[in-house]
Amino acid sequence: MSGTVISPRQEAAALASNKVIRNTYTLLAMTLLFSALTGAVSMTMGIGSGASMVMSLAALGLIWLVLPRTANSAAGIGVVFAITGLLGASLGPMLNTYLKLPNGTELVMTALGGTGVIFLGLSAYALSTKRDFSFMGGFLFVGMLVVLGASLLNIFLEMPLLQLMIPAAVVMLMSGFILMDTSRMINGGDTNYVMMTVSLYLNIFNIFISLLQLLGARRD
Amino acid sequence: MDWMKIVSAGALVLMLVVLIPRAKDVFANTPRASGSDWQAAILPIVVVMGFVAFLLFSR
Repeated sequence: MSGTVISPRQEAAALASNKVIRNTYTLLAMTLLFSALTGAVSMTMGIGSGASMVMSLAALGLIWLVLPRTANSAAGIGVVFAITGLLGASLGPMLNTYLKLPNGTELVMTALGGTGVIFLGLSAYALSTKRDFSFMGGFLFVGMLVVLGASLLNIFLEMPLLQLMIPAAVVMLMSGFILMDTSRMINGGDTNYVMMTVSLYLNIFNIFISLLQLLGARRD
Repeated sequence: MDWMKIVSAGALVLMLVVLIPRAKDVFANTPRASGSDWQAAILPIVVVMGFVAFLLFSR
């Protein structure tokens, strides 16, 4: 009988990778629930667009300035909940606007379900193939810069076609990021589950917003 | 122009300023991929776009 001999080192690496995967998905599930809760609270309170923007900027500040310094400590988990809570709450005004539309509930539920299907499908694909998708990094970052540049231009130009193309490109890019982030987790490229959780959360968050924009535009 | 547009534009410029050096670094250190690697990555993304098109046009 022929079998593959696994060295103790390889076994330890596989166990460490499994631990990162388990911790990441557990924390991701908890932060998604927390985010839904803060979103529901902000919808009930009827917060305005200004407050929503302030919360998004605060979350961005935490991601850039606080998270890298706390990711290796227990405080990092609190920071992840603060980021996801703020981002969830920032969705309140947008969700209220869509829910006021005729069939608005259906639209929001379609975006939510679609996001779930995309995330679960891509994660299952990356986990089952075990391929290393890190080669996509350069392409995805350049794509992200192009989308940010186009978004900046469109704030002033307000071109309807660009308003459709940007969310479509974001869905494609975030799908690529899900593949790359998941493969980094499997192949031991990233062993910090706090950072992994935030990366995957942002991918899901951006897909959800983009799907809402696309479905809303289609309705119009 | 209202203040929200100005703040949004400022946030996007800040993101670009932060991301450009990181993108350069990632681009320089990205491993080379074979044709089959790209195929394995593009296929699920094409499926995602098909799914999004289905969501858009089935309603």
